[in-house]
Amino acid sequence: MDIYLVEALLNGLLLGGVLALLALGLNLIFGVIDVVWIAYAELVMCGMYVVYWLLALAALIAILSVAVLGLLVHQLIIAPILGSPAINQLLATGGLLFFLQSFATLLFGTDFRNIGLRLPILEFADMNVSFARLIAFGVAVLGAGALYGFLSKSFLGTAIRAIGQDREIVGLMGVDQRRIYLVTSAIGGALAGLAACLLVLQYDVHPFIGLSFGPITFMICVLGGLGNMLGGFVAAFIMSEIISVGGFYFSQEIGEVLAFVVFIALIFVRPQGIFGRS
Amino acid sequence: MLEIDNLSAAYGSFQALFGINLRVDAGETVGVIGPNGAGKTTLMRVISGLLPGRAGKLAFEGRALTGVPAYRVVARGIAHVPENRRLFPKLTVEENLRIGAYMPQARKHFGERLAWVYELFPRLAERRTQLAGTMSGGEQQMCAIARALMSKPKLLLLDEPSAGLAPLVVQQVFDLVRKIRSEGFTVLIVEQNVQQLLELVDRAYLLEVGRIKLSGMAAELKANAFVRQAYLGL
Ligand SMILES: Nc1ncnc2c1ncn2[C@@H]1O[C@H](COP(=O)(O)OP(=O)(O)OP(=O)(O)O)[C@@H](O)[C@H]1O
Ligand SMILES: [Mg+2]
Repeated sequence: MDIYLVEALLNGLLLGGVLALLALGLNLIFGVIDVVWIAYAELVMCGMYVVYWLLALAALIAILSVAVLGLLVHQLIIAPILGSPAINQLLATGGLLFFLQSFATLLFGTDFRNIGLRLPILEFADMNVSFARLIAFGVAVLGAGALYGFLSKSFLGTAIRAIGQDREIVGLMGVDQRRIYLVTSAIGGALAGLAACLLVLQYDVHPFIGLSFGPITFMICVLGGLGNMLGGFVAAFIMSEIISVGGFYFSQEIGEVLAFVVFIALIFVRPQGIFGRS
Repeated sequence: MLEIDNLSAAYGSFQALFGINLRVDAGETVGVIGPNGAGKTTLMRVISGLLPGRAGKLAFEGRALTGVPAYRVVARGIAHVPENRRLFPKLTVEENLRIGAYMPQARKHFGERLAWVYELFPRLAERRTQLAGTMSGGEQQMCAIARALMSKPKLLLLDEPSAGLAPLVVQQVFDLVRKIRSEGFTVLIVEQNVQQLLELVDRAYLLEVGRIKLSGMAAELKANAFVRQAYLGL
């Protein structure tokens, strides 16, 4: 096989790790709280700024502060409209998206900023692989593994998985719904924060960086079946491979267009997502 | 143990319970019978906090239960096995049991309780890794009862545990409730299967359109002309 194709495949795999992490966070919140956080990638953007400004303790602080941001999003925006129609919830988190973009523009301007840390490009077997991507992939997979362990082994994690299956009955087990929603929002925020730490190694941060990841993350979640975490995880790698391999044969932009075309085609055939049940 | 005085409850403007008086003493097994739509499930839901009572007194071990949310009621020692079992279908049997032990006091004893519940229901031990939604109705009922027992309740509420099961399995479920009873649990049980229920309980209440129509010892109700005619078909 063409060595450059292998390189493209490898890069696709590495890109998929971070996208999978974002899809996990979004799906978790959708599956548990039954709302769609349109502004999810803007939380990533906020996290990237935190890393940019506070490099020292950056990673930890970024993760924690985005977790708190997630908590606040739930408490201030979602909780008051939990019972209302889905369209209102979309409008509310959509409003948050514009608010966060404008707020970041106001604070930081529209400059592109990077942390000035240039990680080397690794060469092996005649292939070039970005070290930053390799780290991002490794950490993303570790993060996803940790989340899997938490959700499948702990009492709290089991309750988080149960609540979407029967919202009323969890109360009979001593589970306080509101608390689960807060914890879930914080975990979703923490995942966005982790993704931010990984992305800031590869991309400049600016107020509209969320637009680079938001749409693709939503496509991934829909493709995997909204709320289906395993489906989203797998779909992330499918999409990232299409982008990367498409980028290899044509150009980066065409790769993204291709991903979108494949998305539309698949959704046409399976509206419930490739792993969703109808 | 459980005292209910003049309790009423409603769904919006539709009143489902009117001035209910009911008592369950420690160690007793008490039944509630009545036709479809009488308000039996509503009564159970008010006790466990899923539905707020509208007026009247509801107390457990001398402390008021009115206005206490469901997730706090469990901590007070009342476990509710809801109508239609309501397991978490996409969790395994063991994960369902783990949620049953969600409360801090129960978590500490999770291991020993799991062993105890598996001893009580060996079938569940065989099925521990099976998704709860894929089990037979009888097995699901076992799992629902076991899930409630994981919190080691002082009072167990059972809402139509034999509904929708084949006759042979109905018999097994009643045997199960007898077993639980002999373990010393206090039980309040709703059943449509009046004949079997009156063989099981110490006392029973007859609920019709939201009101207690009759109550008494199981033997009294078995001998009651109205019950015999309307519910036992004799
Ligand atoms: N969520 C609800 N909203 C409105 N009315 C309800 C609701 N649940 C029950 N009801 C009504 O309250 C009344 C009592 O219902 P409940 O479920 O308590 O009866 P039940 O005795 O348990 O009946 P069954 O034997 O069929 O289970 C019925 O008339 C029913 O239609
Ligand atoms: Mg009922």
